[in-house]
Amino acid sequence: MASQTLQSVPAEPSPVRHEPSPEDAARRDAEGQAYFDKVMAEDSRIEPRDWMPPAYRKTLLRQISQHAHSEIIGMQPEANWISRAPSLKRKAILMAKVQDEAGHGLYLYSAAETLGQPRDQMMQDLMDGKAKYSSIFNYPARTWADMGAIGWMVDGAAIANQVPLCRASFGPYGRAMVRVCKEESFHQRQGFEILLELSHGTPEQKQMAQDAVNRWYAPALMMFGPPDDDSPNSKQSMAWNIKRFSNDELRNRFVGMMMEQVKVLGLTLPDKDIRFNEETKKWEHGPLDWAEFHEVLAGRGPCNAQRLERRREAHQNGAWVREAAAAYAEKQAKKQAEKEFAA
Amino acid sequence: MTPHGNPEFPASTADSGSRSIDKAEDQSADRTNAAAAAEIRPTGVTGNVWPIWEVFVRSSRGLSHVHAGSLHAPDAAMALRNARDLYTRRNEGVSIWVVPAEAIASSDPDSKGSFFESPQGKDYRHATYYTKSEGVKHL
Repeated sequence: MASQTLQSVPAEPSPVRHEPSPEDAARRDAEGQAYFDKVMAEDSRIEPRDWMPPAYRKTLLRQISQHAHSEIIGMQPEANWISRAPSLKRKAILMAKVQDEAGHGLYLYSAAETLGQPRDQMMQDLMDGKAKYSSIFNYPARTWADMGAIGWMVDGAAIANQVPLCRASFGPYGRAMVRVCKEESFHQRQGFEILLELSHGTPEQKQMAQDAVNRWYAPALMMFGPPDDDSPNSKQSMAWNIKRFSNDELRNRFVGMMMEQVKVLGLTLPDKDIRFNEETKKWEHGPLDWAEFHEVLAGRGPCNAQRLERRREAHQNGAWVREAAAAYAEKQAKKQAEKEFAA
Repeated sequence: MTPHGNPEFPASTADSGSRSIDKAEDQSADRTNAAAAAEIRPTGVTGNVWPIWEVFVRSSRGLSHVHAGSLHAPDAAMALRNARDLYTRRNEGVSIWVVPAEAIASSDPDSKGSFFESPQGKDYRHATYYTKSEGVKHL
């Protein structure tokens, strides 16, 4: 993806270059804007080296890097359960899932890099507490059933959010999302299976599953972002074909899917107000605590400090690996050079 | 919801406890940790930026390698291993190429029209241009 940002070979032998005059720059912006508008109108794709409005670049960079950070931080609640998975099979599955999350983070950092921000800078911003990530990962995973609820509800909400993003107007983001979505469906199914097994187990196991569903329900619904009338950036993102559906639209659709699936689990959703509105043909849910959402987003959730601390710790603990790899690469390059010199 | 009673805590504390014992026995670990601490500066630049590699994957025999994405790696061997872990976790490939991103030359996106205009108006290069043979079998 990043090659798309590279120096290009000019189509023709380049004419003598003048310093671009303000008029030239203005003309280029006008032409760029016209082309950009045409791409939007045709619902086509913008690629990294195309002209784009600075605000479009900024919005994408913020969204994609936050998305990448969410994948990276999202490894923590589940990684914590790898050593306590109830069987070798579950352990292997959980490791594969956590590895996928790392992969998703890397695809997304790659996509963000095509907008001109180095990955190291993004990672540093995360560790410095300057960058945001999804509020959901600041909640603790208390029991094994939480692995089920996270897979089923949190990854389920992520999929509902990400499938339309496969058609985002920015090419690298859409392509990364295609790859991510393919892999996420395994995540959701394995979570569902964990809950299904627990809900068909002992009364205690069933209660544990219900308890996990109760705790993750509201935070999962809030993953779609604030209500439409309190989401100032949504309109512009939809005009730019980044976002395809509003927060509430996606949230309502998700509630409808959960309602059907929870019956198969033999569990209930902790929301008495869920109903299908025959007039609007849409699912509706009870009120959510948006004050809590804003608190968690502002860094005052149950696990914010712990998550960032672990991220910094992991980065530090990996320093020797990065150093060794760099030293080895240098040594090999030197050897190769000596060999070529001798030949 | 508070982190108290969160089973994530015992796991991480037990974990870091065993690590600190290892550290006490191995002095070099302390050195690398000091180096790591020095590496993370609030200024944000680590000074150890690996080059970008573009990854191309052949999904099965008989097909071309197709661009899959990119990654950072210190050298080609590490780039290949990283590409395997990142882009072929589900049997997506039988062969991988990694290419230093800076070695790729690309056409100029600003010359969208002019660079590709040569085929314009040359419909006769397509079979569909020739309509008189319609209905004639095997042609």
